[in-house]
Amino acid sequence: MIRLEKRASPSSLWAYLTPVIAVLATMVAGGALFSLLGTDPIVAIKTIFWDPVFGEFAFYYRGQLLVKAGPLILIAIGLALGFKAGIWNIGAEGQYIIGAICGAAVALAFYPMEARWMVFPLMILAGATGGLLWAMIPGILRTQFNTNEILVSLLLVYVAEQILAWMALGPLRNPEGAGFPGSRNLRQYESAANVELIEGSGMHWGVVAAFIAVIFAYILLSRHLTGFHIRLTGESPRAARFAGVNPNRLILFCLGVSGGLAGLAGLFEVAGPSGQISIDFNVGYGFTAIIVAFLGRLHPIGILLAGLLMALTYIGGEAAQASLGLPAAAIQAFQGMLLFFLLGLDVLTNYRLRFGREAVA
Amino acid sequence: MDFGSINPVLLIASLMVASTPIVLAAIGELVVERSGVLNLGVEGMMIVGAVTGFIATIETGSPTIGFAAGAFGATLLSLVFAFLTLVFLSNQVATGLGLTLFGLGISALMGQSYAQLRTPTSPRWEFFGLNELPVIGPILFHQHPLVYLSLGLVAAVWWFLRNTRRGMILRAVGENHDAAHALGYSVLATRFAAIAFGGACAGLGGAFLSLVIVPQWTDGMTAGRGWIALAIVVFASWRAGRVLLGAYLFGGISVLQLNLQAAGFAIPVELLSMSPYLITILVLVIISSRRGRGAGHAPAALGRSFHASG
Repeated sequence: MIRLEKRASPSSLWAYLTPVIAVLATMVAGGALFSLLGTDPIVAIKTIFWDPVFGEFAFYYRGQLLVKAGPLILIAIGLALGFKAGIWNIGAEGQYIIGAICGAAVALAFYPMEARWMVFPLMILAGATGGLLWAMIPGILRTQFNTNEILVSLLLVYVAEQILAWMALGPLRNPEGAGFPGSRNLRQYESAANVELIEGSGMHWGVVAAFIAVIFAYILLSRHLTGFHIRLTGESPRAARFAGVNPNRLILFCLGVSGGLAGLAGLFEVAGPSGQISIDFNVGYGFTAIIVAFLGRLHPIGILLAGLLMALTYIGGEAAQASLGLPAAAIQAFQGMLLFFLLGLDVLTNYRLRFGREAVA
Repeated sequence: MDFGSINPVLLIASLMVASTPIVLAAIGELVVERSGVLNLGVEGMMIVGAVTGFIATIETGSPTIGFAAGAFGATLLSLVFAFLTLVFLSNQVATGLGLTLFGLGISALMGQSYAQLRTPTSPRWEFFGLNELPVIGPILFHQHPLVYLSLGLVAAVWWFLRNTRRGMILRAVGENHDAAHALGYSVLATRFAAIAFGGACAGLGGAFLSLVIVPQWTDGMTAGRGWIALAIVVFASWRAGRVLLGAYLFGGISVLQLNLQAAGFAIPVELLSMSPYLITILVLVIISSRRGRGAGHAPAALGRSFHASG
């Protein structure tokens, strides 16, 4: 008979081990899924995890790694702050869209002015503010009316998608685009382009922002009073109230930061890799970032590594799509599976497995 | 712009059809939440129900088997959630989100070779010509069987929670799982059953969407209906009867906005398309701001893991 016994304090060994075991378990289960789809599981796993970094075309894929990891890390860092405090912003996808729209709108308003020193910073400001304000809607509704922030932030994703469609077809449509939906391509507008900083590395301003966010979040959580309040609220809301934490301010802070970072991610995406506001601009980074945050154990450094790994599954997934004909959705299912294994194995961090019969106390 | 082209009788009849997936998913989630479990995976279970139901109908040609398969597929997925949260004591919010992400992925994977197909239509019931009656005929006597089933299910859940022993045990588990455990009731068995029931209902709702309303398979076709169902449980203050009210209110808005779009009403299409979500948020705000003044409240153990320590 196996039973669980609560540990006095979470095991730090298992806290490090569970993400690794979860990744390995997902490879096994994913391999089984791929073989059901008629693909050789060993080849599929190698194509997804090994070839993009070490294979024949690695020079191309390595650059893509940072391009994909940048927005994931940027969004996940913000989400993790809230998740640590038990504040669930799951509408990052919407904040990402609104950030991109606001940033692109600023760029297009200045088109074709040649003052990059002014246009690009203003775009960054607009992107962050757009995401922040969009996240303030669930924030203020939560603090003023006690409305569930999970549901409101998520429902706002669907609203943001409609705004995106409206913008792509209406106000932001390229006037020289022959009537096709979608805005001007910002990469061709020098003052607004989010250029690659080092040729072939995939390093653009969004990746820089992600690294800065990692450092700031690390300092915030380990050295700053607000970070302490976040951790305290997550572990014991009652103790946090006695310690003088203002829960409403913390809710607004966490939602605001995560919304602002998601908005930034959207802006850097629309000005760089994607280039334009189009109907299918968003590809689900806001949702995948939730997995990244958990896989990184809500810790900034962990999120950095998890973001790179998750970016690898995206790129490897594309490679597997091209070379093995593996469907795109398989990677999405694969990522969901990873979250399951991670959450399930997490029990070992907080509980000890005991074999045999329970001792009589 | 012509309001005359909107027929109120047809509007109500189609409202009932449009609301049925949400009624089904919400009544299932209501039972889950009354047992103290918050399953945020409704959207994922619905879409898996939609795809399994669709595939089964294509392969067998029988919508009845399709509905059963939809319920079964979503139940399987809900059991993954049950194992993770009840046995492995994982965080319910995170696991529910994982269920939705996984469900969206696996359904797209399963459904990709079925995207262009259409299913045989399942007939509506006709009550010995009663459906020919003016006004009430199309509304009450000419609907799909599952519409009647969803209404029956709401009544059954209401009766079950209020008047049966098992219903009271379920509520006890949801209010205070430690006390229920001390009294000798099995917290785990109750919650397993509740989660499986919630999964089956969500799957049935999803299958109704892909077999009757659309009737076709497209990726992500539930379009947030699972989340709306979750919102409606809050709206309903965890009471069965109000679920019906909330779902029909939402369905009414969805159908009305579609009618307005078709009538060429001078509002941007995107604004009309987002209106159901905006109004759901508005209703949530109104309900939650009244919560302090004695409106119904959430089950006390909602979202908390249970671990029998002694």
